[in-house]
Amino acid sequence: MPAAAPEVELRSSPHLHTRRSVAMIMRHVIYALLPVAAAAVWFFGISALASLVTAVGVCVATENFLSRLAGRGSTVGDGSVVITGILLALTLPPGFPLWMTAVGAFVSVALGKMLFGGLGANAFNPALVGRAFLQAAFPSAITAYTPVLARNRFSEFIPATLTPPFLQPPPLDRWIAQARVDAFSGATPLMQWKFDGAATDPFALGLGAVAGSAGETSAVLIALCGCYLLVRKMADWRIPAAMLGSAALASLAFHAMNPARYPDALFTLLSGGLMLGAFFMATDMVASPVTPRGVWIYGSLMGLITVLIRNLGGLPEGVMYAILLGNAASPIIDSVTQPRVYGHGGRK
Amino acid sequence: MTISWFGNSSRTFGRGVHPPEHKEQTAGLPIRRLPFPPLLIVPLSQHTGAPAVPIVRERQEVVRGEPIARAGGFVSVPMHAPATGVIDRIAPAPSVKGDLALAIFLKPYPSASQEILYGAPRDIEKMSPDELIQAVQDTGVVGLGGAAFPTHVKLKPPEGRRIDAVIVNGCECEPYLTTDHRVMAEQPAEVIHGARIVMKALGAERTIIGVEDNKPDAIAALERAVQGFDAITVQRVQARYPQGAEKILIQVLLDRQVPSGGLPADVGAAVFNVATLAQLGELLPRRQGLIERVVTITGPGVDKPGNYMAALGTPLRWALEQAAIRHDASSVILGGPMMGPAVASLDVPLTKGVTGVLVFSREDKQASRVYPCIRCAACVAACPLHLNPSRLGLLALKERYEEMELDFHLKDCFECGCCSYVCPSRIPLVQYFRLAKQVNRERKGKTDAGRGA
Repeated sequence: MPAAAPEVELRSSPHLHTRRSVAMIMRHVIYALLPVAAAAVWFFGISALASLVTAVGVCVATENFLSRLAGRGSTVGDGSVVITGILLALTLPPGFPLWMTAVGAFVSVALGKMLFGGLGANAFNPALVGRAFLQAAFPSAITAYTPVLARNRFSEFIPATLTPPFLQPPPLDRWIAQARVDAFSGATPLMQWKFDGAATDPFALGLGAVAGSAGETSAVLIALCGCYLLVRKMADWRIPAAMLGSAALASLAFHAMNPARYPDALFTLLSGGLMLGAFFMATDMVASPVTPRGVWIYGSLMGLITVLIRNLGGLPEGVMYAILLGNAASPIIDSVTQPRVYGHGGRK
Repeated sequence: MTISWFGNSSRTFGRGVHPPEHKEQTAGLPIRRLPFPPLLIVPLSQHTGAPAVPIVRERQEVVRGEPIARAGGFVSVPMHAPATGVIDRIAPAPSVKGDLALAIFLKPYPSASQEILYGAPRDIEKMSPDELIQAVQDTGVVGLGGAAFPTHVKLKPPEGRRIDAVIVNGCECEPYLTTDHRVMAEQPAEVIHGARIVMKALGAERTIIGVEDNKPDAIAALERAVQGFDAITVQRVQARYPQGAEKILIQVLLDRQVPSGGLPADVGAAVFNVATLAQLGELLPRRQGLIERVVTITGPGVDKPGNYMAALGTPLRWALEQAAIRHDASSVILGGPMMGPAVASLDVPLTKGVTGVLVFSREDKQASRVYPCIRCAACVAACPLHLNPSRLGLLALKERYEEMELDFHLKDCFECGCCSYVCPSRIPLVQYFRLAKQVNRERKGKTDAGRGA
């Protein structure tokens, strides 16, 4: 008969643990983003690829450097910083100067994440902090869009991409005229609607064959990849549901009031960064509320603000500010929606 | 706060978790008796409440089933000799909590039989509720689901409270454990008999037996046994942890919530574990005492897992040797893996509250790097009481324990461990909460003492 083990180990219950881990969640978000990134490269060529590589590289390097500087050892292993890099690149115009991308990536991680204390401590989605910085610092470069599916997209860079550091990018009119696929005014569907009153074919919007930020064009693909995350329970389904739902309802109301001035709900849902924002940025767990009711409020708030900015504001797109505002509101949403605890008179 | 009905008509609660059950190793194994060890260690405090008082002397001969200690008060129970033999000594012995506690050491005679000759039959139908309550105390029966709270105390609800419904807990929602499962499958008549005794003592009108739907054979056995007893029904509940927590089961079966800090009696309910009632049903009519219980010994660290009927006071080391503990066993847990404490020593005895012994081996150790909270809300979605473990965890890190209690209902937490189980950052949430509660208790003790002086 074997003798009992001489040593026992003291642990505190529970002694079981789910297999899900932070690194696993982050890995799945990266998997879900890869098709979107691949589509960006397909639509916009090597310029988009260079932008992705730059953003991810600088983000990882920044976190690596700053976390070591803080004496905590590198924290890039959890994978969250890779997501920040991919998301930042996907929200920028495909021909955005790489040096500006690098600045944005640095700001995203340094200011948007590490300054708060790293993973879990950031109040805002880091990628959007970087993008907001770029929007303020380089307002013309960030609205310089180029045509989708340009013939030479895999053989040459969009000229603005290779702008030397600290210089402004060259005008793109000549290059666009030369690379044009069909009539292209250098405007995204949202800009066309806002400034020219021109609608875009919903089919083209869904597939992504339109000008826009590198990774925001194909609404259907983004929704599919996002649904993968929801099905694997790596993101809270209520956030995109609430955000898309409230955006759709709000634009229905606007459209009913004045169909000539305000686009319909389908256009609202498929255009701009709404899909990418709703599935991949608003769902950033760190910056969203934790309470079940709070999550619905948070999502609805962001959808509503998006439509308000688009329809009433001066900018053609409002997703970025909507999500940043939602992030800012999430602590207060959390405090006012604390769950009703068992046995505290919620119900007899 | 939803009570949902699923296609299979199992009732359940809204949150919680469903860890891998690991019950298949032992669920089909009939209860087997363990032989007597060379020395039994019977602690005088195997229950909640005052320790029992010995009524035997050293070197005195005792017969299996004979009382060897009397109850030390109302919230206390007597002890009975688990085997025929001689009292070796009455001395301190290591307890599960890690300290030393007084115990009666009993040397069974080598030829001692497991038959129980002690006792005399009586007719429970002719007994009054007060006589029944006294009789329940005399059996020494306590909550065998793990709490070890004296059963007769529950039969005397506080003044002004009336119990209309008896809940019988056959959920056994902890992974690995199959003790209650085997008792229900093998002793359904005793369970029903015990339920009738407590109903009579309480003057309750009905009994609901809640059993998780992963034990169809137990449900079938109980349904056969309740035929003819209209006041007793068997209700399937979903296999989900912690379905068997008292507060949760009351909500699921009666649609009532026990008020914070209150008792089940406040909502007219009393909850008993199936194994408790099976013992009552068997012992009380024969005027016998609790001297043994069913213990599931299982886990990757034993080669012969099973459901063993063990004499109370059997040393853990002896019991584990019978179950062929492996050389690479690394941690031993009393009870289930979600709430059971790990033992510090294998020299502690099996007591009335031990539902199972779970042995893990070295390779089961998981790397456990703790990440910061990413506010994923998995814990919020898992907490059966609708607490906010995420927020509580962040406050615990900052040592804001009082705020946890005042604003976030720390005291309501019954430490089921769902939050720690689901946390992808592996933050030891429930462990933090235990610490916070302890600190708050001690601080409160200090201020009270200061006020007294």
